[in-house]
Amino acid sequence: MLASDSLSALGNKAAKGKFSSTMPLEDGSRIAVIGAGPAGSMFSYFFRKMASTVALDVEVDLYEPRQFCMRGPAGCNHCGGIVSESLVQRLATEGIALPNDVVQRGIETYTLHMDVGDVEIETPLQERRIAAIFRGNGPRNSEPSDTRSFDGYLQELAREKGANLIQRVVTGIKREGDTMRVVCADGFSDSYDLVVMACGINSRLEEDVQDALGGFKRPVNTKAFVCEFKLGKEVIQKQLGPSMHVFLLDIPRLEFAALIPKNDYATLCLLGHDIDEELMDRFFSSPEVRNCFPGGEVPTHVCHCYPRINTSTAKPAYADRLVMIGDTGTTRLFKDGIGAAYRTAKAAARTVVFHGVAAEDFKKYYWPLCRRMHQDNLIGKFVFAVASLIQRTRFARRGVIRMTRIEQAQSARPRRMSEVLWDLFTGSASYRDVFIRTLHPKYIGHLIWNLAAGNLLRKNNTDHKDVSNTGGTHGIH
Amino acid sequence: MARLGKQYKDGEIIVRQGDTGNCMYVIQKGEVEVIAETENREMLLRTLGPTDFFGEMALFEEAMRTATIRSKGESRILTIDKKSFMGGIYEDPSLAFRIVETMSHRIRDLTDRLAKYEEN
Repeated sequence: MLASDSLSALGNKAAKGKFSSTMPLEDGSRIAVIGAGPAGSMFSYFFRKMASTVALDVEVDLYEPRQFCMRGPAGCNHCGGIVSESLVQRLATEGIALPNDVVQRGIETYTLHMDVGDVEIETPLQERRIAAIFRGNGPRNSEPSDTRSFDGYLQELAREKGANLIQRVVTGIKREGDTMRVVCADGFSDSYDLVVMACGINSRLEEDVQDALGGFKRPVNTKAFVCEFKLGKEVIQKQLGPSMHVFLLDIPRLEFAALIPKNDYATLCLLGHDIDEELMDRFFSSPEVRNCFPGGEVPTHVCHCYPRINTSTAKPAYADRLVMIGDTGTTRLFKDGIGAAYRTAKAAARTVVFHGVAAEDFKKYYWPLCRRMHQDNLIGKFVFAVASLIQRTRFARRGVIRMTRIEQAQSARPRRMSEVLWDLFTGSASYRDVFIRTLHPKYIGHLIWNLAAGNLLRKNNTDHKDVSNTGGTHGIH
Repeated sequence: MARLGKQYKDGEIIVRQGDTGNCMYVIQKGEVEVIAETENREMLLRTLGPTDFFGEMALFEEAMRTATIRSKGESRILTIDKKSFMGGIYEDPSLAFRIVETMSHRIRDLTDRLAKYEEN
């Protein structure tokens, strides 16, 4: 028997419901995916790809009113725009190589800025494996250029796999017996065997649908601030280089801030609690931030937004003929949201192709991933609480920066603190993995030594920035 | 500037036959040659292009690299860590589907070549 025959037989078996689902999809079934951000497009792409391997012919309608070729808010999905190291690798393994016009800049290093100094942390392989991208087609009023939207690229991949793009605004979803009805703002409506909610948490639809269907607990969210600075290629290369700049500053309510170099622009992301003008004024007036810009002056930003970001998990993230993926379902705390969209989209696609669309199917095959991510986020909250403590304690900041600088200067020895910081900032590893590494006796021993040396020996050093700066942060010291 | 991976010059060796390794590679841009080296000559096995991968055997077995990979013109290559790859497979076994499919094609290709060699 040929492999394709075996796969067809497998598909027929699945279609006939012999995999015990009470609601398997069959040839001719229809799926509506609401939202063509990374989660929706990747669900559509992987669903169509997997379905074709088992000869299952299911129509996928991808609802997205936004045109990602538009500049500014009209074509943007409002986030910092980082594709993590782990996601770049997974996509490459899947055969998806991000095109050069989608990648605004390959990130090679992370530069940590604190009031006690800064240090550049190199990627373990000295290779560009983190992509800075625009979710839309660039900031408001940016000139036309040969760049392309990341979300638009993923949407193209989904369409190439046969998903139908429907440019309508979905305003409601209703359950009608054994089908789900999708209702649009212009009066159009259609019925489906499955609705995949991938509209993120910045949409009213998520709240309305969960209220209408009942029994859901929405994810908790917090407000972030994202803005774009137009600096030009040369200035960005000189001031920021291929390095993402991370700020751990002792500013109340500020959790984390990052300045991401792109092509002509740099994107700033602030995460914290109740981000307001006062917090931003303190941030922008700090010397660590001002030194990242030419002449020590922060220019006026050309585009900004206050997106909500998910910090927990929808419970449950599924029902009969309904599944929530990406931010609508769950994500990783503060990091790698696009990676979480990929993981949830693919897990949902696998469940639907190989099992079915009943709540039981999602509970058994999709929910375990959401639960793992949720549990990892709980550890993440603890890890960020410790990071926050370091952020607020000058004594601890001196020890951390000293240990990191010494590691960066000695390539032969294990770089325990550098790796912990790298994975914490990039989202390349799970929070559990990061936490376990901080329990290593050598990590703890070196940290204690550097805390002592960084503070007690400081008086012998005339430089305010305790030890020699080995980082080299593109002109920022 | 905006590209991912590591850049290699024309003729630069990316992987050398006989070396040990614990990662595989995916071509982002350009082409590479897969070369089998014997004592006195080298044989071009195949040329690979964008999105193709090589070095995958090192992920599954602790053995030496079986071929030399040389950049044909300028190329950009992305490294896939063993830990990252295996972590992905444990969470999502379908991540290995493309690897298995390509390895199957390569076995078929080698079998065809062997049959032709036997005939000649």
